[in-house]
Amino acid sequence: MASALLGRKLGMTRYFTEEGVNIPVTVIQAGPCVVTQVKTEETDGYSAIQIGYEDINARRSTMPVIGHDHKAGASPKRFHRELRTEEVDVELGDTITVECFEDVPFVDICGRSKGKGFQGGMKRHNFAGLEASHGVKRRHRSVGSIGGHSANLGTGPKLKKGKRMPGHMGDENVTARSLEIIAIDTDRDLILVKGTVPGPNNASVFVRPSVRLNRVKTTAARKKK
Amino acid sequence: MNRQEILEAVTQDQLKPAGEFSNFSVGDTIDVHVQIIEGEKERIQVYQGVLIAEKGRGINRTITVRRIVANEGVERIFPLHSPRIVKIEVVRRGDARRAKLYFLRNRVGKARRLRDQRRGLKHVN
Repeated sequence: MASALLGRKLGMTRYFTEEGVNIPVTVIQAGPCVVTQVKTEETDGYSAIQIGYEDINARRSTMPVIGHDHKAGASPKRFHRELRTEEVDVELGDTITVECFEDVPFVDICGRSKGKGFQGGMKRHNFAGLEASHGVKRRHRSVGSIGGHSANLGTGPKLKKGKRMPGHMGDENVTARSLEIIAIDTDRDLILVKGTVPGPNNASVFVRPSVRLNRVKTTAARKKK
Repeated sequence: MNRQEILEAVTQDQLKPAGEFSNFSVGDTIDVHVQIIEGEKERIQVYQGVLIAEKGRGINRTITVRRIVANEGVERIFPLHSPRIVKIEVVRRGDARRAKLYFLRNRVGKARRLRDQRRGLKHVN
């Protein structure tokens, strides 16, 4: 069964285990999601499924979306997302719920981080800034030297691309990797994961089983099974 | 259910019964019985001090307890709904006129004492 869901981040709270360990958890309302499209090798050149989440008022939707979701026998959905699958084991119109995460120990959660606006080098890239005294004037939070304009590029009139400087921060796609699932609430379609998740409360997020685990978490995952 | 209600509902079954923490208030000297787990062994440790602040609500509710150890102020923050907090007993009732007694941090010696509510407003530790 394909296990990936769209959902919304509800907020954070704490969770006590029976031993009394205090775990910070993020509550995510995930699914139920409808399979709105099935792509196969023959029709599209690759196999994937598309899932839709959260009903939207048809008047606020568009005709193409209404028609697209109607083919799956579903009401129009607000969010859609495609996920590549090796083999397609679901059919058009199937519903995926949080139950698909029951055997999954760790998940990745993709979201859009909070926008921070135009920020300086200290906040954006953790630069150290200049000194507080010793003759530094009005440059305490500045980036400092950005190197010669030919650095690493042979010669040229411009800086090397990707030079870290002040600029727009946040409001980008971020994946929080390998978050432990603490609890699953099938009645309310909730997933409780350990730790923080990108984005503000009520933001839409995408939950999938973790793609890559480090050594500690791999052993923990095996133990859980 | 809106967002806040769901968050509260999730933690509902972790909360201790409603009347559990109604017997003490800020200013009291209390005994906090904390369960300590050392490997296999379990034991109860009692931490006595003055309750100087209560914060949060629901599962996030915490208390700050201040005591003096070796002439050095020590403050511990206890999450009330943690299973590790076994019991809280009131030792003395103190008379506090404000909700947060942070001013006690700046007091030294006898001035640290709060008036006793029960025994005719005499000074107690």
